[in-house]
Amino acid sequence: MNLVIKGGRVLDPAGGVDSVLDIFVRDDKIAALGNVPANPDMTIDATGLIVVPGLVDMHVHLREPGNEEEETIASGAESAAAGGITSCACMPNTEPAIDNEAAAEFVILQSNRAARSNVYPIGAVTAGRKGEELAEIGGMVRGGAVAFSDDGSPVSNAEILRRAMLYTKMFDRPVISHCENRELAGSGVMNSGMVSMTLGLAGMSNASEEIMVARDIALAEITGALLHIAHVSAAGSVELVRRAKEKGLRVTCEATPHHFTLTDECVRLFDSNYKVNPPLRTAEDIQAIKAGLADGTIDAVASDHAPHTEEEKDVEFSFAPFGIIGMETLLPLVVSELVKPGIITLQKAIELVSTNPAKILRLERGTLTPGAVADIAIIDTETEWEIDVGSFRSKSRNCPFHGRKVFGRALKTIVSGRIIHEHSPGHGAGGRD
Amino acid sequence: MAHQVIVDSKELSKLVEKLASDISHEGKSLQDIAVVGIHKRGVPLAQRLADIIKARWGADIEQGSLDITLYRDDLSSAPAQPEVHATKIDFDLSGKRVVLVDDVLYTGRTARAAISEILDFGRPRRIEFAVLVDRGHQELPIRADYVGKILETTSSQMVEVKITETDGEDMVLLISKGE
Amino acid sequence: MEWKRRHLLGLEDLSAGEITAVLDMAVSFKEVSTRSIKKVPPLRGKVVANLFFEPSTRTRISFELAASRLSADVVNFEKSTSSAVKGETLKDTARNIERMGVDIVVVRHTAPGAPHRLAEVLNISVLNAGDGAHEHPTQALLDLFTIREHKGELKGLTVAIVGDIGHSRVARSSIWGLKALGANVILVGPPTLVPAGFRKLGVEVSHNLDEVISRCDVINMLRIQFERQQSGLFPSLREYSRLFGLNRERMQRAREDVLIMHPGPINRGVEIAPQVADGPHSVILEQVENGLAVRMAAMYLVTRGR
Repeated sequence: MNLVIKGGRVLDPAGGVDSVLDIFVRDDKIAALGNVPANPDMTIDATGLIVVPGLVDMHVHLREPGNEEEETIASGAESAAAGGITSCACMPNTEPAIDNEAAAEFVILQSNRAARSNVYPIGAVTAGRKGEELAEIGGMVRGGAVAFSDDGSPVSNAEILRRAMLYTKMFDRPVISHCENRELAGSGVMNSGMVSMTLGLAGMSNASEEIMVARDIALAEITGALLHIAHVSAAGSVELVRRAKEKGLRVTCEATPHHFTLTDECVRLFDSNYKVNPPLRTAEDIQAIKAGLADGTIDAVASDHAPHTEEEKDVEFSFAPFGIIGMETLLPLVVSELVKPGIITLQKAIELVSTNPAKILRLERGTLTPGAVADIAIIDTETEWEIDVGSFRSKSRNCPFHGRKVFGRALKTIVSGRIIHEHSPGHGAGGRD
Repeated sequence: MAHQVIVDSKELSKLVEKLASDISHEGKSLQDIAVVGIHKRGVPLAQRLADIIKARWGADIEQGSLDITLYRDDLSSAPAQPEVHATKIDFDLSGKRVVLVDDVLYTGRTARAAISEILDFGRPRRIEFAVLVDRGHQELPIRADYVGKILETTSSQMVEVKITETDGEDMVLLISKGE
Repeated sequence: MEWKRRHLLGLEDLSAGEITAVLDMAVSFKEVSTRSIKKVPPLRGKVVANLFFEPSTRTRISFELAASRLSADVVNFEKSTSSAVKGETLKDTARNIERMGVDIVVVRHTAPGAPHRLAEVLNISVLNAGDGAHEHPTQALLDLFTIREHKGELKGLTVAIVGDIGHSRVARSSIWGLKALGANVILVGPPTLVPAGFRKLGVEVSHNLDEVISRCDVINMLRIQFERQQSGLFPSLREYSRLFGLNRERMQRAREDVLIMHPGPINRGVEIAPQVADGPHSVILEQVENGLAVRMAAMYLVTRGR
């Protein structure tokens, strides 16, 4: 099948491309840039739009197996597609946890069945995510796992994490760390600060994250492992990663859109759509995260998509589960909060949401170089639109951004050369010839 | 709006004197009597009655005051908060002849509320009602036992009583809308 | 100052005028309790529901009495909030209650913000009887009322609140109320119970009761419990009592006209010595009496509010 994407601004940081070009996709691969056949089977008119490598969301939670009413791998893959995300990596805190080869393979199988965006499993670091013994990391690599993490939970025992980091090194896969000191965080439900003090809610301090970031970086140093810090939320954490990189350590990290958009002041509404772990922090922390995104300290933006049903979330703030969905708001928030105000360029944004996460997960994605798999997103950064949670493809609705006016939308999402998502009404969508 | 002075300062004083006389039955019925003013202008009126009775017949009679806001049957049109310190009945009502005092008797609802409130304080022997002006149009079977002046009014007219203690001057105005 | 609110959820957002409106109203209602028939009719035919998710006999009875003195009918619901006990949700319970024809719901809950959520979904009035560590507006109001009765006005007074401020809804509501009316607030307790961050609210923080006691016009002692929230935040009740307990020795350093308050129930011998609790400076029992008047005022005003 010959597909031509015509007249869009092709922005591929990995391939060093940023110009208005036509793209030739043959079957499932990118065949050529600029040099396109005269009579393709399909043409997509991308005039005025940006054509980028499909987004790679390296931190999502899909609830299969165990909590399929919140999200399944299939519905997650649909949600990803709607967000311009062609590959996502799902965390293993399912029930049961993804801690063996068969469980990892199951994710790949379900992803293939869904035939939407690719879902790759992140395997557990410890058996059952209990933090006590190493899980069968080698088996999971065979099963398709791209990284390892006990996310949802920290690996509280430093020695266990040290061993895991050492062991995982031989597979050249990163260990993704959820940095939270459980004793300090205690029964906290939000950031520890003026707001929690005023509201009488238990708080989780910046220190409860920073202490573990420092610990994990030290462990990465002695093991030489690949460490990726998940969902950085505290200013101090950003600084610790900055210094680790200056030392030349193989430490990467990510931040979520809600952590550079919302502060703990939102919690005054007692709406559990603002309850997330790590919690929304202060304006100072947001500043530090933005600075970290701009100067390269933070390598990726990931959604930490965490679906919950309405019944679960529609309870008192103190009792609600933590989590916000985010695959369908990732791109718009990156564009609206970072690119439009000039904090980063659009090129940098694509590095954060596609090039770098693909690299960190060692996926052969995140690029539009000829020969690469044709995972492409065609995005509109100029038309303002309003987020409507009701129209999300995710099964869940726990999102604090309903009604928010944003820029940045994936109009078409292409996986392996096939259009798996189209946003209508057509904006430069050419239809079939 | 036309304002007509129906009762001037001098006549008002005369009316109050007459009320004092009627209430006390020319000074012959002063035992177990208590005057209770209905907030707000009934209170200084009750005070004046007590003063006159003391001056003319040397008797110290019990005095009290009532804020009837909590007892109104039309709470939605009542002011948001009743006056503070307005209700004061610091004597025993049992066996007393309680004379409620107000400036104007109109629909009778205020008096009805005052009666309910007094009964929550105790069981007087008798309750009577003294008003400076009765302007008719009662909506309840309420009547005043002692009336200073009867005024024929239409429901589009307003009767405004001014008392020096609250308004700086003594007079009764009849206000007609229109014209 | 007119009261226009349909709910009483906390004191943080109330103006000095609104707070004063409640206190002034309470004066009238205190008078009602001196009559032979301690009842007035403004809430006749109305139903007040006590929805208590946290056990509390005293506060519930106080609200019940307040409602019946206003001639309202009272119904009581007591439920458990253990999150492990998955029963009817708070919203569903409240909606059912509203459908039954209740006019005011008085809510006490372990989770901050529970009454606020209810106020968003219900059309009836919501009174907060305590939501976790967040607010307990009627308690703070009755404390303000008690102080005002004795001292005339709150402006310029120095009021100390002693105890586990961090977990105390009484402390929080009191801070808002006292500051709104112009009082100076000193929070006293060990650093583990009194976070320094409170200074940013414009109050003083002290870890030494002996140092500040002679400056205080009012001392409000909070109950110290050695229960789950507080365990481990100080070594023992004995140590707490020695350092922060209001005993007779400390009282000698207090002002002649100091008022001693306590929201109750008292832990005799822990935060307050029996002789002090029963002594001439104590207004603890008056607080209980005033609680009734203040709660009557709150109920009356929210039914009038738009």
